Amino acid sequence: MSTNTIDPNTWVDKYSDYLFNYTIVRVDDKEIAQDLVQETFFAGLKSMKNFKGEASERTWLISILKRKIIDYYRKINSNKGKAEVRMNYINDGESEGDWLEERVSDPFDKNAESDIENTELGTAIFECIDKLPEKQANIFKMKTIQGFDTETICNEYGITSSNLWVIIHRARTAMAECLEKNWF
Amino acid sequence: MLLVSLEEAKLICDKNQYGEASIAEILKLNIRLLYCKATRLYLKRNNELTRLIQKSNLHMMSPIDKTTLKHKLQQELELPK
Repeated sequence: MSTNTIDPNTWVDKYSDYLFNYTIVRVDDKEIAQDLVQETFFAGLKSMKNFKGEASERTWLISILKRKIIDYYRKINSNKGKAEVRMNYINDGESEGDWLEERVSDPFDKNAESDIENTELGTAIFECIDKLPEKQANIFKMKTIQGFDTETICNEYGITSSNLWVIIHRARTAMAECLEKNWF
Repeated sequence: MLLVSLEEAKLICDKNQYGEASIAEILKLNIRLLYCKATRLYLKRNNELTRLIQKSNLHMMSPIDKTTLKHKLQQELELPK
C-alpha cells in the first residue's frame, strides 16, 4: 500500500542536513558533498513520477544518493575503489593468510572500524533529530551542531533565552530517549 | 537561595553542556547533585548525549548553501516539462 507522499518544496529543509552528513563522511569534501546532494535532488525531481510511496521520501532520496556516490567513485577511480583489490592478497601463494594477520595488528584498520561506527552514529543522530518538531530540531541543530551563540538564535527566532533553554531541554530529553532506543 | 527544583537543575545541566551556566548556577546544580538521584541520572544521560554528538562529528550545510540550493531546486521545478 502506498502511504508516503512526495513534496520537493520541503526537501532542502527536511533532508539536506541528513543527506549532506551522509555524503561528506563518505567523500570527505564539502564541495563534492554539496554537489552530490544537489544532483540527488535534481535526479529525484526527474524521477518523481516513479515514486510509488512504498518507502519514505528520505529512504527514496538516500537510495538515489547512494547511486550518485558510487558513480562519483567510479568516475574518479579512487583509492577507495582500488582498496577492494587488496582482497586478492589472501590467495597469493606462500603469503596466504598474511593479509589477515596484518589486518589484525593494523592500527589504521581499527581507525577504519571506528570511522564506520561514527558514521553510523551520525546517521542515527540525524534520524532522531528528524523526529523532533521542526522548530525544536532547527534550534537544537543551530545550538548543538553549528555552535551558534544563544543571542543569535534568539534573534533569529524572536524568542527569549529562557524559551531557548526550555526548547533545548525538550530536544535533549527526546534525543537521549531516541538514542537509547536506537543506538545502545 | 542555593536550592533549586529538579526542573531548574535540569535546565542548568543543559546550559552547562554548552559552557553557558554561571558559577552560581553550577554551585546550585552541584548541591542538588549531592542529594538527588534523578538529577544525577539526568546529568549522566546528558553527558552521554554530548559525548555521542561530539564523537559523531556531524556536518551540516550552511544556511547560505541551503538557500542557494533551494533557489536552484525551485528553478528546476519551474522549468517547463
